[in-house]
Amino acid sequence: MTLTINGEKKSFEKTSLNIRNLLELLDLPLDHIAVELNRSIIPKSQFAETPLADEDVIEIVRFVGGGKSSPSGQLII
Amino acid sequence: MSEYKDPFIIAGKELKSRLIVGTGKYRTFEEMEKALEISGADLVTVSVRRVDLNAKNKESLLHYIDLKKYQLLPNTAGCYTAEEAIRYARLGREAGMSDLIKLEVIGSEKTLFPDNEATLEAAKVLVKEGFTVLPYTSDDPIMAKKLEDAGCAVVMPLAAPIGSGLGIRNPYNIKIILETVKVPVIVDAGVGTASDASIAMELGCDGILMNTGIAGAEDAVMMADAMKMAVRAGRLAYLAGRIPKKLYATASSPITGMLH
Repeated sequence: MTLTINGEKKSFEKTSLNIRNLLELLDLPLDHIAVELNRSIIPKSQFAETPLADEDVIEIVRFVGGGKSSPSGQLII
Repeated sequence: MSEYKDPFIIAGKELKSRLIVGTGKYRTFEEMEKALEISGADLVTVSVRRVDLNAKNKESLLHYIDLKKYQLLPNTAGCYTAEEAIRYARLGREAGMSDLIKLEVIGSEKTLFPDNEATLEAAKVLVKEGFTVLPYTSDDPIMAKKLEDAGCAVVMPLAAPIGSGLGIRNPYNIKIILETVKVPVIVDAGVGTASDASIAMELGCDGILMNTGIAGAEDAVMMADAMKMAVRAGRLAYLAGRIPKKLYATASSPITGMLH
């Protein structure tokens, strides 16, 4: 299936994936991240029960250093 | 402030320090870690951004922030609409497992002044969703009151434009804000050096949120130490009650008992 993750199209061989599997494939930690699936936030407790479908749009965010807006701080979503 | 009873409470939670610090613009994570430590802050603000899927270095900011010592304050820095800020706030809450949000909706890329109208709109939605909202706003007493009425936990007027280091440009407006709202007033943005921080606190502000003033200094760690003392000095001077300013001298030695 093909997913758009953080603005990048990525293809996966597997035909069945949930969010938890995806994070493992991407080698991402489960702590202190948030995941949006097609603009809806998916709570961590539901990662393993949330199946992904071809052409889903996923955003995975985390905390970075920052205090205030800066003109160079690019908008991401 | 151990030896004086002067609790700093935001939405029912007591903080040890009246200095709240940002985590951006440090040269290295190690420098940030040391600056946070010496600043004495217990609330630190962080931004929400996409995970870089192609990063080789998986090192994360949170490796350098001990969550037993610091409470995270996610922010909506970089958002230009209410809708965008609300989205970031929700993501920040999910990632940080806390209802605290530093709400920032920017109106202009050049000045980074807040879009007060959009900020108020976002604040109303977020308060309804159970967030503890700490909004960045201009130094406008009417706006501060509207944000308080909307249920914000504090108001955070700017002292001067973000990152400008100009210090408090309109102390009179800050004074009026302090008289107008009951929630804590935290100066957010524009503090450049220790005296700027002291002046804000001497006016009676409840706290200061600072990032560039510390991170941008030649020695960020030393400046963090300076800011900690400046905030404390200013607060104590405010509580102690300064002498009135007078045009002429007043002797501090007795005028009786002089030799003839």
